[in-house]
Amino acid sequence: MTVPDTMMPETPARAVRTLDYTGSERLTMNMGPQHPSAHGVFRAILELEGERVVGVDAVIGYLHRCHEKLAENLTYVQYPSIASKTDYVAAMTSELAYVMATEGLAKIEVPKRAQYLRVLVAELQRIASHCLWLGTWCMDMGGALGGGATVFLYCIRERELVLDLFESLTGARLLYGFHQIGGVRYDVPDGWSAQCRQTVDLIEQRLVEYEGLLVENAFFQMRTKGVGVISRELAEDVGLSGPLLRGSGVAYDLRRAHPYSSYEDFQFDIPVQPAGDCYARYEVRMVEFRQSIRIIRQILDGLPEGPISSRPGVKSVAQVRVPKGEIYTRVEGPRGEVGCYLIGEGGPKPYRMKWRGASFSNLAVLPHIIPGHSVADVVAIMGSVDPVFGEVDR
Amino acid sequence: MTDTDAGARIAAEFPDVVVTPGGSALTITVPVSQWLAFAQFAKGALACRWFSFLSAVDWKDEGLEVIAWVENTDEHFNLLLKTKLGPGQTACPSLVSVYRGANWMERECFDMFGVVFDGHPDLRRMLLPDDWVGHPLLKSYAVDTPYPPYR
Repeated sequence: MTVPDTMMPETPARAVRTLDYTGSERLTMNMGPQHPSAHGVFRAILELEGERVVGVDAVIGYLHRCHEKLAENLTYVQYPSIASKTDYVAAMTSELAYVMATEGLAKIEVPKRAQYLRVLVAELQRIASHCLWLGTWCMDMGGALGGGATVFLYCIRERELVLDLFESLTGARLLYGFHQIGGVRYDVPDGWSAQCRQTVDLIEQRLVEYEGLLVENAFFQMRTKGVGVISRELAEDVGLSGPLLRGSGVAYDLRRAHPYSSYEDFQFDIPVQPAGDCYARYEVRMVEFRQSIRIIRQILDGLPEGPISSRPGVKSVAQVRVPKGEIYTRVEGPRGEVGCYLIGEGGPKPYRMKWRGASFSNLAVLPHIIPGHSVADVVAIMGSVDPVFGEVDR
Repeated sequence: MTDTDAGARIAAEFPDVVVTPGGSALTITVPVSQWLAFAQFAKGALACRWFSFLSAVDWKDEGLEVIAWVENTDEHFNLLLKTKLGPGQTACPSLVSVYRGANWMERECFDMFGVVFDGHPDLRRMLLPDDWVGHPLLKSYAVDTPYPPYR
């Protein structure tokens, strides 16, 4: 029995790509956009020769919300709570970049106590963010690292302690709304400083445990040493920042190069590793953990008295008016330079806002370094880049 | 290198360039015809090897302005480069041959503003789907523009 033409339209022949057999067999493999090792929605189209990657096309944008258009349509007071949704793993620093841009344009002073509190939460956030990076990265690299999820569970356990601190400070665990124009919204509650000290003491001890699991582990070294090497020249050219740039031998940290929010008051070291591989980035971040703890202790020891905001009790969303002008402010987030380029036009809303997400620039290095590695290394390299896709796609 | 030194060197090399000191960086307004040549000068002679970002601003009737931020990380010296494309113009030379980081940034700028970068090796949309209609960050693109139908 034949089926009438009207019921079954003729389907056009699907174009079949001829494989290139000149060398060996090439295979196009799709990775993502829901691959667990991508830490978000990221699609890599890999061109493989056997197990070796010879070409990569990165597809991003799955989380795109057009933050820059949103910012043009929201007032200076409304936007900071949305800014935290760019890099949602480090909401404290992304809010800070926007708030600082507004304060810079409107010439609003920030009291010393508020500046110290901003540094305090930024460094706690760096610890929490690096905990998530270390845990998920080690889990990606699999069972050889002390039984798969071991490091992950340990790191999440410590991250929870930091989030507990944020919860008692702001009432929220992920997106805080802590910074406001002119200062911060909440002062530290009673007993918080002691709890904070206990937490950082504990984390400092636990870091030694993580290193015990990883540094001597032959599998960890095999997966990370010499893998995903980024040269200094490439790192600068692509505009990498944060641990990736310092892991490629560039001693550049905004907290030291262009101090903001009283960072010049604190003593801390900037770790630099020249090797440029995944292990170098691991080493840089492990030192950053300890330097953040060092800064936190200095703040808890010398937190100045005084008001926490120069504009207390600001309720109306349109109250901040910013004169005409432009400014670019940036902060050193856990992933690198989070920048906000803002053009004011005299009203309650900006004319233009450009968000420089650290993860966007960091991820742009992948097509340069992945070719030549095996598929398993792609996972290790992705994890060492530590992208947060809310910030990549904005 | 201080901003004054750099300003003097730029003025000597590029007489058509307007240098505005102050603010968070030395602001350099470049004619669009010298955009690529100036980027090469900034990377070479001024050692601004670190490429931060590239974007654009829609000044409505005055047309689009492309901006870029480059930095000399050794001497903590920043340049904010600007070029006006002119009313109704969308063509701009690509910086990918100078800074590899411009690749994704220019794709995003093309996606959001419709700036066509001459010499870009792979000018596709970066964040939006390939079949998206329009360029959302243009001031003429209303925020409540309906989505194109899903496929």
